[in-house]
Amino acid sequence: MARKFKVVFDRERCKGCELCKSFCPKKIIEMDTQVNAKGYCPAMITEQEKCIGCQSCATVCPDCAIEIFEEEE
Amino acid sequence: MSEKVLMKGNEAFAEAVIRGGVRFYFGYPITPQSEIPEFMSRELPKWGGKFLQAESELGAINMAYGCGAAGGNGFISSSSPGIALMQEGMSFLCSAEVPVVLLNASRGGPGIGSIQPGQADYNQVTRGGGNGDYKMPVFAPASIQEAIDILYDAPALADQWRNPVMVLVDGLMGQMMEPVLMPEPKKPLESADIPTVKPWAISGSEKGTRSVVKSLRLQPEVLEEHVEHLFEKYGRMEKELVRVETENVENAEVVFVAFGTMARLVKEAMEILESQGVKAGMIRPISLWPYPYEAFDKIGKNCKAVISAELSMGQMVQDVKLGVEGRWPVRLIHRVGGMLPTSLDIVEKTRKILEEVR
Amino acid sequence: MKAVFKQTQGMLPVSTSYCPGCTHGVAHRIIMETLDEMGLLGKAIGVAPIGCSVVAHQFMNVDMCESAHGRAPAVATAIRRVHPDRIVYTYQGDGDLASIGMAEIVHAAARGEKFSTFFINNGIYGMTGGQMAPTTLIGQRATTCVDGRTREQAGMPLKICELLATLDGPAYIERVALNSPAHIRKAKKAVRRAFEIQQEGKGFTFVELLSTCPTNWGLTPPKAMEWLEENMIPYYPLGVFREPEVK
Repeated sequence: MARKFKVVFDRERCKGCELCKSFCPKKIIEMDTQVNAKGYCPAMITEQEKCIGCQSCATVCPDCAIEIFEEEE
Repeated sequence: MSEKVLMKGNEAFAEAVIRGGVRFYFGYPITPQSEIPEFMSRELPKWGGKFLQAESELGAINMAYGCGAAGGNGFISSSSPGIALMQEGMSFLCSAEVPVVLLNASRGGPGIGSIQPGQADYNQVTRGGGNGDYKMPVFAPASIQEAIDILYDAPALADQWRNPVMVLVDGLMGQMMEPVLMPEPKKPLESADIPTVKPWAISGSEKGTRSVVKSLRLQPEVLEEHVEHLFEKYGRMEKELVRVETENVENAEVVFVAFGTMARLVKEAMEILESQGVKAGMIRPISLWPYPYEAFDKIGKNCKAVISAELSMGQMVQDVKLGVEGRWPVRLIHRVGGMLPTSLDIVEKTRKILEEVR
Repeated sequence: MKAVFKQTQGMLPVSTSYCPGCTHGVAHRIIMETLDEMGLLGKAIGVAPIGCSVVAHQFMNVDMCESAHGRAPAVATAIRRVHPDRIVYTYQGDGDLASIGMAEIVHAAARGEKFSTFFINNGIYGMTGGQMAPTTLIGQRATTCVDGRTREQAGMPLKICELLATLDGPAYIERVALNSPAHIRKAKKAVRRAFEIQQEGKGFTFVELLSTCPTNWGLTPPKAMEWLEENMIPYYPLGVFREPEVK
């Protein structure tokens, strides 16, 4: 049974730097077209089920804007 | 009860501040106060304190800042050019409201100048050589005993006001010996007690609150509010910390104003003048900031001239004029470069001034 | 749902003042995560520099003070003496540490002061607007060398780890980079090692973190990560320069 992960973005802390997007090995992070309160286009995940839980996005995020959870069996 | 002992100035200063509760010393050698770091390196560890020879005066003042910010009772000492290097730190300490005791054994300037006594750093210590609006109490004792008493109280005073406190002496006072009475040692502040005694100090947030010691305030309205807070404090200091000794100013025809070593020389000159029938008085500011302006109101109507006697080209004389407020002629008697006037020089110059103003 | 990557309590729940993609945020987070994981947040005392991270105390959830430009090691030296049982660190940029503060860092290292220094090297003055730093690379552009730094005009960039490794005082010196998830994980291990050695009372620990300044480099954050890899790492090689002696 494949492990399932959920990536949660803090839209308001995100500054849209795109580092998470550029380091995602599965290329499932995109930038929203809707801006947040600060005027940045925050990151969001497009295909949650493809996430492998590698934590690259959260590790490179300079703004503490990403948390990752795993679904328990 | 302890008895009077004969002590050399520099060593007495160091011992007094230890007895006043100082347990951390940071310093860099500079004449004429190098006996203080030497004494501290030898004696402070015996009191459970810590001595460190800093890499420079910049290092020393910033170690003093770190020590005070962490809640420790710190002491640093230096002399004029070294004090000049510390000015950035003093502005920082005052803004961040960090207590520390500083001793300045001032010498001849400008530049590297000389190692002989000088008072040409009056403006530097009372007006602040650092940037921004800030104030620091400056006490200028005229005897070793007076220096001991001031240095003994200084750590508590710095803590009470959360502000640096400076004691201004010179090489002459550092080198001379006088019989003195050392006060009983105060109980020092232990590291473990800092979180409760000084909750504002950075000692680790496990004390229940997070402490931040800082001076940066990027928002103009916030910085303005902070500076106004500092000046409210300085205003209270101006009411509570003025210290002055006056002698015979009510009846004198000539009133001297002098501090430190120069006050000792003036005192000798006054005796000679008295013997020649000239009534002389003296205002001896002990606190240079806050300055004892109100002492000038005691000067009587027989006064013909007020003489600022200084080891500078005339720096305190500006404060003398502020105290006099145009009521009497103000004149200056001075020597510079590390030269001291003799009491007879002072007498002669005083008589000339009196002839001129009559 | 169980958390596999949870944000640390070591970072205060506020947005930082750093530009998008600036790795100051990463450096802050891995230092605070490490203190959090070691149970040291309540015992840590940090010293912030002058530079962009002068405001680090607004983000790092520990007791902190600011310091005058370059003087953080002198400040930390005294803090450690007042509180010998605490964990003390300085966080300094390249202008602060490698230019104006050179005397303080060298002497603190030589004395073997028992605190940790985290040296953020992004080869530029960020806060003042992109001027040349002592660590700006030859050929790298800055607002005070618009055609790129030259050896003739400004001399060579300083290699601080190598310089400090000539001293007998330091217990631990490592250079890491913050330009990829793998490098960041390694950097965090170095941060942990520094704090552990400090806790063991073995002496001065120093971690240089090669960092990016996308704004003043004129690159997007992902491009800045690549630029660091291609230009900084060849001149500033990663690795351990000093380890405590195994007894």
